[in-house]
Amino acid sequence: MKLTEFFHKELIVTNLQANNKEEVFEVLFNKLLENGYVKESFLEGIKTREKNFPTGLLLNGNNVAIPHTDPEHVLKPAIAVATLSKPVVFKNMANPQEDVNVNIVFMIALNAAHSQVELLQRLVEMIQNGSLLEEILKAKGGDEVIKIIESYHTLKGVRKWLV
Amino acid sequence: MVSMRKKTILVACGTGIATSTVVTEKILEAAKKENLDVNIIQCKVSEIKSYAEDADFIVTTTILKDSFGKKSINALPLITGIGEGQVLKEIIEEIKK
Repeated sequence: MKLTEFFHKELIVTNLQANNKEEVFEVLFNKLLENGYVKESFLEGIKTREKNFPTGLLLNGNNVAIPHTDPEHVLKPAIAVATLSKPVVFKNMANPQEDVNVNIVFMIALNAAHSQVELLQRLVEMIQNGSLLEEILKAKGGDEVIKIIESYHTLKGVRKWLV
Repeated sequence: MVSMRKKTILVACGTGIATSTVVTEKILEAAKKENLDVNIIQCKVSEIKSYAEDADFIVTTTILKDSFGKKSINALPLITGIGEGQVLKEIIEEIKK
């Protein structure tokens, strides 16, 4: 698997000015919709899921959100990315009462339960890598983000995935 | 080696496909290192009720309102990486019980 199979420059927005998470959802959803990755119903799915089970992740440094929803709303798997010019408030996955100021959003479109194990593992590795997130935040444009992810992938080399 | 009953772990998240997938793999990896064999049932938080009876304990990435009388462990640190080792240790200890 190549991580970059799931990241596409047309699905990446850098330095997005958004006032709230709903605006980020709309922008990323429209990218996914226009490019044929998700169905119209995806946006409502994302909003409902976020309300019931928020996806803000409190990290050391830059905080991330990973909105996603049920596979029935998805046509092809992909990850849309937004880096934000100023943070927007999400609720913490660990505690729905707690706010998390997020500045990178990975909107995950998965089309089959349990099937994209490796993709998810690598995404979580990226989320845990503070300096990589810092690089992604600095990037200007989708091409640069893809390059950063590609170089990370290469540096990681042929790590063997367990189980 | 002392033989123990193979444990069944319910791993749940909001949609049952994303964070629970990563958590499942990390538990399997950690259990393998300890030569422990486990059953894992992966599901949505909303489905826990129907599987709880078969499980020894529950692992989730969200806050659980009702754990149906089972012990539950919050595994969000396996996603954020903050406190990951401690949570894995707790899960392994629970498997060994």
